[in-house]
Amino acid sequence: MNTRTHTPLFHISKRGQLPWYRAWLIRGIALAVALLLCALVTTVFTGVNPLGVFAAIIRGSFGTARKFWVLLQEMSILLCVALAVTPAFMMRFWNVGGEGQILMGGLATAACMIVFGDKVPNGLLILTMVVASIAAGAIWGAIPAVFKAKWNTNETLFTLMMNYVATQLVAYYCNVWDKKGSGIVGIINPNTHSGWMPGWNSPGGQKYLLNIVVVALLTVGVYIYLRYSKHGYELTVVGESERTARYVGIKVERVVIRTMLLSGGLCGLAGLLLVGSTSHTVSTTIAGGRGFTAVMVSWLAKFNPVMMVLTTFLIVFLQRGAGELSSSFAQINDSFSDILTGIILFFIIGSEFFITYKINFRKAEKEA
Amino acid sequence: MEKVAAVKMRDITKSFGSVKANDGVWLDIYKGEILALLGENGSGKTTLMNMLAGIYFPDEGKILVDDREVVIRSPKDAFDLGIGMIHQHFKLVDVLSAAENIILGLEGKLDLKAAKEKIRAICDAYGFEVDPDQKIYDMSVSQKQTVEIVKVLYRGADILILDEPTAVLTPQETDKLFAVLRNMRDDGKAIVIITHKMHEVEELSDRVAVLRHGQFVGDMLTKDTDAQEMTNMMVGHPVVLNIERPEPKDPKPRIRVEGLTVRSVDGILKLDDVSFTANSGEILGVAGISGSGQKELLEAIAGLQPVEKGSISYLEEDGTPEELIGKDPLSIAAMGVSLSFVPEDRLGMGLVGNMDLADNMMLRSFRRRKGFFTDRKSPHDLAERVVSDLEVVTPGIATPVRRLSGGNVQKVLVGREIAAAPTVLLTAYAVRGLDINSSYTIYDLINKQKAAGVAVIYVGEDLDVLLELSDRILVLCGGKVSGIVDGRRTSKREVGLMMTKLGGGRG
Repeated sequence: MNTRTHTPLFHISKRGQLPWYRAWLIRGIALAVALLLCALVTTVFTGVNPLGVFAAIIRGSFGTARKFWVLLQEMSILLCVALAVTPAFMMRFWNVGGEGQILMGGLATAACMIVFGDKVPNGLLILTMVVASIAAGAIWGAIPAVFKAKWNTNETLFTLMMNYVATQLVAYYCNVWDKKGSGIVGIINPNTHSGWMPGWNSPGGQKYLLNIVVVALLTVGVYIYLRYSKHGYELTVVGESERTARYVGIKVERVVIRTMLLSGGLCGLAGLLLVGSTSHTVSTTIAGGRGFTAVMVSWLAKFNPVMMVLTTFLIVFLQRGAGELSSSFAQINDSFSDILTGIILFFIIGSEFFITYKINFRKAEKEA
Repeated sequence: MEKVAAVKMRDITKSFGSVKANDGVWLDIYKGEILALLGENGSGKTTLMNMLAGIYFPDEGKILVDDREVVIRSPKDAFDLGIGMIHQHFKLVDVLSAAENIILGLEGKLDLKAAKEKIRAICDAYGFEVDPDQKIYDMSVSQKQTVEIVKVLYRGADILILDEPTAVLTPQETDKLFAVLRNMRDDGKAIVIITHKMHEVEELSDRVAVLRHGQFVGDMLTKDTDAQEMTNMMVGHPVVLNIERPEPKDPKPRIRVEGLTVRSVDGILKLDDVSFTANSGEILGVAGISGSGQKELLEAIAGLQPVEKGSISYLEEDGTPEELIGKDPLSIAAMGVSLSFVPEDRLGMGLVGNMDLADNMMLRSFRRRKGFFTDRKSPHDLAERVVSDLEVVTPGIATPVRRLSGGNVQKVLVGREIAAAPTVLLTAYAVRGLDINSSYTIYDLINKQKAAGVAVIYVGEDLDVLLELSDRILVLCGGKVSGIVDGRRTSKREVGLMMTKLGGGRG
């Protein structure tokens, strides 16, 4: 028999819709607690003054004009990939192959620069690069989509495996193109700058503005595509319920393939920006894990392209801060920076729980 | 006879977000009595019972079992107090046998042999028929339900709560269940049954308690009341409980099905040589035990189900037939055939739960505007019209439909399908889980479509309603047509027997 008569200490219940300012208040509190914990951990384990640590993190992104423009440039590439994977994720197509799709876009760009460099007018070359990189990424994204649509293969495994194929392809061509035998492609067309995209000088003198403008326009474009176009509506319905989609006559296979062409194509565009506009070379590491980081950026923003600007900022800001930390303090290395980044992300993601649910503590006994 | 309260609920309040599901409810449940808990959809019946069963924890109020205040924090606490609930959706492990499911989760030594003995003893005492060694996947819905009840009794429950137990049963199975429940009552157990079917309340229960908008409205002895009074209490104002059945006006063949044979993906025969004609301005009821091919029949007509052989033709106004087989919903619409379909699975097929009302209205019409972008305005207007015409209870057009109660979800779906001005309307279990008021709204809407000359095919499970509403009734049994009868002349008994193939027809 049950003899316990006391009520539980707390129970969890679902909240109604919170007004936006309360939701942001909760997120703000979460960030504050995360920073406090970071400070505590830093003092206890390294003895460094936590205020110095925070200052260094901020310096990483805002210390100099150059650092600020690097922040924006890094944000633009990551945001581009996040925007690329979002339509696929909204369709519940788990595209974790962004990495490979970026690499293929980059590879196609480099191939155009090497093969056609100095042989065709620069304008035509850049146009070819744009078309080739987007097509390469799109094809790389569409292959798993076709298999999914026709034979219902698992897209997570498939897109993941395609990453390794892309990496090996890039490695192979690096060896083909490298004249010295080191397997590293140096700066392509270093003297003529053939196929280098017009960087557009930012106020700091860096050639980052083109990437930033392209991705800003892309953000608006993807937002409109998802919100107001028939395609966006169709892919949302397919993601929510395939049976509903069939019931209203949406051709699910066609939507899956079309959306992955778009998703892969935008990843290819990120590859173009990386190779044609930023680094002017290609290697197996140009994507730098952005295909995976972008998944987190997209989820954190709940697939809202405008919110993605914020989440991209958060991630890149933390990355840049971590880099600054390990170079500023002898006692702090890369791993410790990762711990701090981890704490902050944990609290920010965890705060969503408190936005959805409420914890009711036991009230003091009324009678008794 | 002196009545002893098994459970007393006092001032129970429970909120979900801003919605008060229960608001200061007082309820007594007596031993040796069957209590019917009544209320419209969303009136908080299931929530209230879930708090007894340990699934939710009340925000306020207290619960007394045998006059002692208790705290029920989990289903295990509920079991320890002798409270067991049989949910609408069964919670059984398919690959295990009945006996294994029954003892699953119990502490102590695993003694299957002793367990089987005890199960047999319970079955003999109350008149259940359960084979302890039968696997769940081999069982019919009614057998699974029996296992759930035995499971609860095995754990020593004296207070049984059944949430809409008859929704999935045939009339014969329902009779059996009621006999068992009466035996348990006579044994002194307290039984609570949640149901929407008035004739069941009258037939089975000793006392009724009514909830409205989360509040307790009153209770009375069943023999002192009638369906009309109970419905009025539930709704809060007098309602007319009559299903009209006007004579069909100028019926013409609209859909002709010939020799339709359908196999499931696993190769199981779902429809076997089915032939019939549905006429305009007429309601063709389809009766049958669930899973007799109703779903496949409607989906085949709607262009969603691959067909092995046979023909489905749509007959134009002038009688020209057009074949529908081999076409998907889009090409059927492109032919100019306006076919509306209210599927059984409302949120999994008919609507998108996470989308709001306006976006759900768009499902049918988003292609209509030319160009790349969708038209947002007309679906929004349609949503507003449906909300006001059908009295949908919703915080707004921008609310995701999954947040609405069952009846309101159905109104949204039916409203959208009717807005397309169909010539053929297919409905599957259109009032399943709906309260009496919403059900009558739906019957009314269907009758209006009939009057407008639409050919209605109405798949239903409540025979009383089918008999009152349909002009003709097609009875399916195991994928075959066991007969088509005149809705005005047949009886419940006849249709019930045809459903199990004992009766006549050409089954």
